[in-house]
Formats: sequence, structure tokens, C-alpha cells
Amino acid sequence: MNVHPGTAKPVEDPMLPLTYEVVGIKKELPDTVTLDLRAPNGMPFEFEPGQFNMLYAFGVGEIPISISGDTSDPMQLVHTIRVVGKVSQAFAKLKEGDSIGVRGPYGVGWPVNNIKGSDVVIVGGGLGLAPLRPAIYSVLANRGQFGNVVILYGARTPNDLLFEEQLHEWRGRFDLHLDVIVDRAEAGWPGRVGVVTQLIDHAVFDPEETAALVCGPEIMMRYAVQALADRGVDTKNVYVSMERNMHCALGFCGHCQFGGTFVCRDGPVFAYDTISELFTTREA
Amino acid sequence: MSELSDLSRRNDVHVMKPEGTEALIRALIEDGYEVIGPKVIAQAMLYEPYEAGETPPAGWTDEQDGGRYRLIARDDGKLFDYVVGPQGFKRYLFPPREKLWSAKRTADGFAVGRDGAPAKAYAFFGARACEVAAIGIQDRVFDNGEFSDPTYNARRAKAFIVSVDCSRSASTCFCASMGTGPAPEAGYDIRLSEIFEDGHHMLLVRSGSEAGAAILEKLDLKKAKKADLEKADANSRRAAEMQTRVMPDDAREVLARNMKHSHWVEVGKRCLGCGSCTMVCPTCFCAAMEDVTGLDPDSAERWRQWDTCFSVNHSFIHGGAIRQEAWSRYRQWITHKLSFWHEQFGQSGCVGCGRCITWCPVAIDIVEETRTIRDSEKTEALHG
Amino acid sequence: MVDQRDMASIIGEVDFFDGLPADTLELLAGCAKNVRFNAGDYIYREGQAADTFYIIRHGSVAVQLHVPGRRPLVIESLTTNEVLGWSWIVAPYRWSFDAQCVTLVRALAFDATCLRGKMETDCAVGYEMLRRFVTVMSQRLRGTRIRLADMYAPTVNAAD
Repeated sequence: MNVHPGTAKPVEDPMLPLTYEVVGIKKELPDTVTLDLRAPNGMPFEFEPGQFNMLYAFGVGEIPISISGDTSDPMQLVHTIRVVGKVSQAFAKLKEGDSIGVRGPYGVGWPVNNIKGSDVVIVGGGLGLAPLRPAIYSVLANRGQFGNVVILYGARTPNDLLFEEQLHEWRGRFDLHLDVIVDRAEAGWPGRVGVVTQLIDHAVFDPEETAALVCGPEIMMRYAVQALADRGVDTKNVYVSMERNMHCALGFCGHCQFGGTFVCRDGPVFAYDTISELFTTREA
Repeated sequence: MSELSDLSRRNDVHVMKPEGTEALIRALIEDGYEVIGPKVIAQAMLYEPYEAGETPPAGWTDEQDGGRYRLIARDDGKLFDYVVGPQGFKRYLFPPREKLWSAKRTADGFAVGRDGAPAKAYAFFGARACEVAAIGIQDRVFDNGEFSDPTYNARRAKAFIVSVDCSRSASTCFCASMGTGPAPEAGYDIRLSEIFEDGHHMLLVRSGSEAGAAILEKLDLKKAKKADLEKADANSRRAAEMQTRVMPDDAREVLARNMKHSHWVEVGKRCLGCGSCTMVCPTCFCAAMEDVTGLDPDSAERWRQWDTCFSVNHSFIHGGAIRQEAWSRYRQWITHKLSFWHEQFGQSGCVGCGRCITWCPVAIDIVEETRTIRDSEKTEALHG
Repeated sequence: MVDQRDMASIIGEVDFFDGLPADTLELLAGCAKNVRFNAGDYIYREGQAADTFYIIRHGSVAVQLHVPGRRPLVIESLTTNEVLGWSWIVAPYRWSFDAQCVTLVRALAFDATCLRGKMETDCAVGYEMLRRFVTVMSQRLRGTRIRLADMYAPTVNAAD
């Protein structure tokens, strides 16, 4: 029996997208857009932070996109999409009222419920902040159940900061520490310039009681995991979100096979120690 | 039909004359099956549809080795003295190219649906033990506990399997070391074993399911003698003993702990990256989705077609492909097949049919490569 | 003015000097003074003699590359408890970039000319200082190299 985890209703056919309506569009960056989607019959969309959907552009194609919205607002399905190919290009051209195909949610997300009681270090790079946002919402909604909360965000330049308004809002809170660092900036940028690992070196958390959620380009994740380990965080408490080619999200198409896992079903989020061997195995 | 005879047909072993295959194929066709069986096409033994009245080709054997396949005609009339050709039955349950659904624009967006054509009921005639095992492996892939593939499983549920024991092996066969052959233990509806000795030519017939027993009811069968059974068993034993290639039983562990071995680069120098091994493999299941629109801009379709992990695009993520090098793609394939498959599906992904060895244009050998890495562990040839 | 003993205890609390023997701390204290810069001030500029280094006690400093026709490019930012400047330890002792204050900055400034002389004659001091500065240089070099990958760069690819 196929179960649509989002609705806990049996689905006849896991390969058929449902048609959602675009009800809101926000241009985040010149090449990045956030779409608010609503199910045709107003069904709620339940998901876990870190899960993804397969999004279909009519006649163009289907790609995996992580959910960037709030689990506590199931009436609104939110995706933040960066233009990298023809399908994402098609999404960037959608207007309010247009339709988009949705299958999901799929995969294993951030273990927000299993890390209660810990300090939480959230390390994002570039668009990697989008899959982390539902985890940030969830942690902040249950703020009392966590120790120190640290958000460290690295981006290319000050003009490439995703969710800038929210970064300001989070920075203004007294119950979390947010630091932003960019690869390069023009004079006048009051923030930090460098790599996100430099923020890890100085962030305030208790390494022995810390869970870290890391998402960004693989290079950034590799060095971030190393910096966390150097601070004394056990890599079994470090979670990374992997990106691999995906065509079906069901475990049938083989593209995302990663050792003894399929990233679509066993990931995209993995405890680092379970994949460290493969993560450091070179493909070239 | 009395209950007694029902039971006897289900449990007993029977014999029939070689010409009995004609009635068997006819009975299957009459029951609504599209029968797929061996035919000599383009100097190879392929599995193709049978018409009523057709029978399997008699008097053929084959010679196979790394990068080499020859079908050889003989005048002995034996029905199943060749082993496996380039195509298994995979292409019928999991077609090389298949439309998954179509979409139409509507007033308020678009609607997606399957075309709803009923699944074909196939009867696979002459499936070897390795092929029966391969179907079992793909069954686990396409129904993984969380999701099941609707079209594969619709066809699979209706499929009927007439298996044949192998009484000889090609040099590329290694099913005995994979535990899948030369004779199937289960997974068939009807099992045939050919006996050809001292002028006697007959087929031993067993049923493996209710459906198989029901078909046997329609055939002219005699009860088998103990000596016939012994002959069939001896044939299987001989086929197993003929096998010179032996997959190490610790292949899973050997490959898992040698991901960084220098030998991968050496195999990569020979591998052409053509993907032939994956196209002939009866368990490889990689498929790419393709979305198309026709001349009519208001309709679109999704197609699924076989893909291969030997193509650069297979590992494409934004920005480029992860596995740019031939050696890393070969490593991906063999480690998945022989090692990581166990973690995903609780069994090896290899059935020992030897097709990847025969049909590799440069004769890369899955058994030999595994053995090379295994043997080299003594010298610990590792690179970073 | 801070007296010599106070300066030694301040320096003793700086992470960067953690583990230095008392006589080296004394020596450093003898070369040190408190300095203050306003936002926008340049602490040093490219091409000038590098005869000082700084431990930032408060504020942040942008290490910048001057680009004709454009605003200066910030290549590194440094903040509280970090070391500013290592060109004083490598010949020809000349700053390669500009250091401009982003905020009000309070720092400890160390007279490098005096320290270099001591390092030449006292190998133990020389080694301890080099060891600490090499670590800083290595961290910055690694950060710079990782950034060379331009890992957040947009990648438009039609094959997607």
C-alpha cells in the first residue's frame, strides 16, 4: 500500500503529481524565488522539517525541492527555488493562480524532536538555509526545550543573503545567537567576511551537549563537520543534508543510491557518522 | 476433475515428450497469456512472443566468454542446451521505455492521469534459474515496503513463469556460487527439466503454484520415475560442476572495505563506459524520467526509460556530475550490485548469469575484478 | 596610562598568548600599549612598514583590497580576541592590505620592531611567537583557499 505521508491517506499511484495552485510569490534574490502553494481541495500538507517534494512544471520536468515553510502552518506549502536549470527556470516564471505538480513529502528530515535538551548549532551555506528554515521554525516554536541555539550562515556576498528579513528578526532575538559571514564584500558591509567554519570556531555552545544541523554545498559541509568535530562535537550528533540526482523519490530509479542507502528514502538528512566513510570517498 | 488428481498434479513430478511444449504454450495462450520464449534472432537467443503452434527452437547451443557470444546449431534436437542470451525477461516486466502518465491542461490548471490500459499477462517460457532469481530481486526493488510501482506490479501479479533447469553452463556462468542455480528452488509456476540420454529425450514437469497445476491439468503427462528425477538432478549437478567462475562468498565485505583501492583506476582504464553490462543485467533497475510535450501545447507526458550508472549524467546534480571518471562509475556499479544491494534489499543484486561478462566489449569480468581486489588485500595497495 | 604590571595581566588573559611563560609575557607587556580607533579609521594601509601587530579587544576591522574604480573589497573581517596583522613577522615587513575600522575599535598594539629583535636573540621566544602566528596564517590561508572554490556561485545548467 502506498501511503502519502503528507496526508496519511493511501495513494493509488505514487508517481502521479497532485496539482497545486501558486497563491504567493516572493522574489528572494535575483535567481531565487519562494512559492506559496495551496492544495486544490484545501487539504493540509503535513511534513517534517528537512523533507522534500518532487515539483513538476507542466511539460518541462520534475525536480526535488526541499520544503522551506513552517510545519505548524500546514495550509501553506512553501518552497524556495533557485534557478539552476530548465525546470527551476519554469518555476521562476510562474504567476499567482498558475498550477504546479506536487508529489511528497519524501525522505527523512532533521531530527528536531530527538535533539531536545541539547544546544543546537544550525550551519547553513547559500541556499542551504532553505531546507533548514523549517527546523529553525520548529526549534524556535519550542524554544524552551533546547539549550543554546546558534545559527551560523555563510553566503557569497551581502547581496546573496537568503531570507534577509528573517535573519534580521532572528538576530534581534535574545534567545538565540545568529552570525552571518560572506565570502567577500565591498567596504561598508558591517558584518563578517570569511568562511562559515570560522564562525563555528568562536560560537558559544557546549560541544558535548550539542546537536548540529548542517546544510549547504558539499565542500562547505565537509569543512563545517570538521570544524564541529575539532570543537569536540561527536559526529553522530552532526546531521547533514545530502544532494544527489533524483528522478522518482520512491527508491525505484537508482540515481540517488549512496552506498547502502537511497538519498530519497533514507535521507536527505543523515547523521554524519553513518555516512562519513562514503562522504570522504573520492569520485575522482 | 477429482480432488485427488488435483493434488497429484500439484505435488507429483511428471514427464512429457519434448513435443509437449507445443500443447503447453497453446494452453497458456488459450488462458490469455502472451507467451514470451526463446527464438533465434540476429544470431542470438532472444525472448520474443510466441504464436499458438510455435515451439522453442531445437538443436542449439552457445559458446560464451568475456566479450564473446556464439550461437551454434546442432542436429541433436535438444531444446535447452544453450544458456542465457543478451536479453532476459526484464524488458517485459520493466520495459526499456514506458509511458507513466499524461497530463492535460484544464480550465484551472492541469490534470494528470494514467492511460489505464490493463497490464498484459505474460507467460515467460524457458526462464533459467538465474532469471527466476532476477525477477525475485526486481520484485523487492519495485515494492520496497513504502512504495510499490503500479505498472511493474500489475504486470508482475499476472505473470506466469515456466522455468527450465540448466544442464550445462557457459564459461561465463557462476550461478552456483551466487546460490541461484542451475535449477530454481522456487519462483516458478511450472518447472521443466530436460533429460536427453541413451536415446531418451523427455521433459520432467513440476508445478510450483496453483496456476501452474491448473495448466498441467490440460497436458498429456505421465508420472515420472525415480530414475528420471535422478537424471535431472545429475544434469543440474553437472552444470554446476562445469562452472569455472566462482564469486567469492565475501564479495560484499571485500568491496565495501576497498572503496579507496587503487585497482578501481586500473579497471577504469579498460572500461569504455558504454553501459552494456547494465543493459543486459537482469536486475539493474536504473531509469530516467523524461517529460515531453507534443505538438499540442496543452498535453504533456512522462516517460520512463532505462538508464545506466555508466552515463555521466546519471550522477548529475546542480553544477555538474559527481562521477566524472569511468573508474568511479564502474565502482558505483559493482559495489552496488555485489555489496550495497545487501543493505538495501537483504540480498545480492547479482544472480551469476554472466551476461555482463559476455556482453562487455572489452571483457571486464565482475568475478575477476572482485577477486583481484580480494587477492590484493594481502599487499594493501591503497591510495588516498 | 596602564602600568607595566597591569599590562602583563591583561596580556596574560589573551587567548592568543595562552601558555606563554611569565618572562615572555613580561617582554610582550613591555612592547604593548592600548590603542583606540574610530569607525572608518585606517589602522594601516597597503605598502606601509609593518612594525606593529594588534589584538582586537573590542570592535571589528575589515582587511581590504583597494580596487581602482570600485569600492574596496573586504577580504577578511576580524573581531574581538582576534589577531590583526602578521606581515611584521615576515620580511620585508610591509602591509599587503588596508585595515579599516568598521566600528570603534579598542586594541592592544605591540611594537614589532622591539619584538623581532628579541626573537632573533632568544630562540624560545622566537619559536613561541612563530608557532602562534603560523597558526593564524594557516587558518586564514585555509579560509581563503576554501573561498576560492566560490561554492555558493550560481550554476545555471540546461541539462537539469
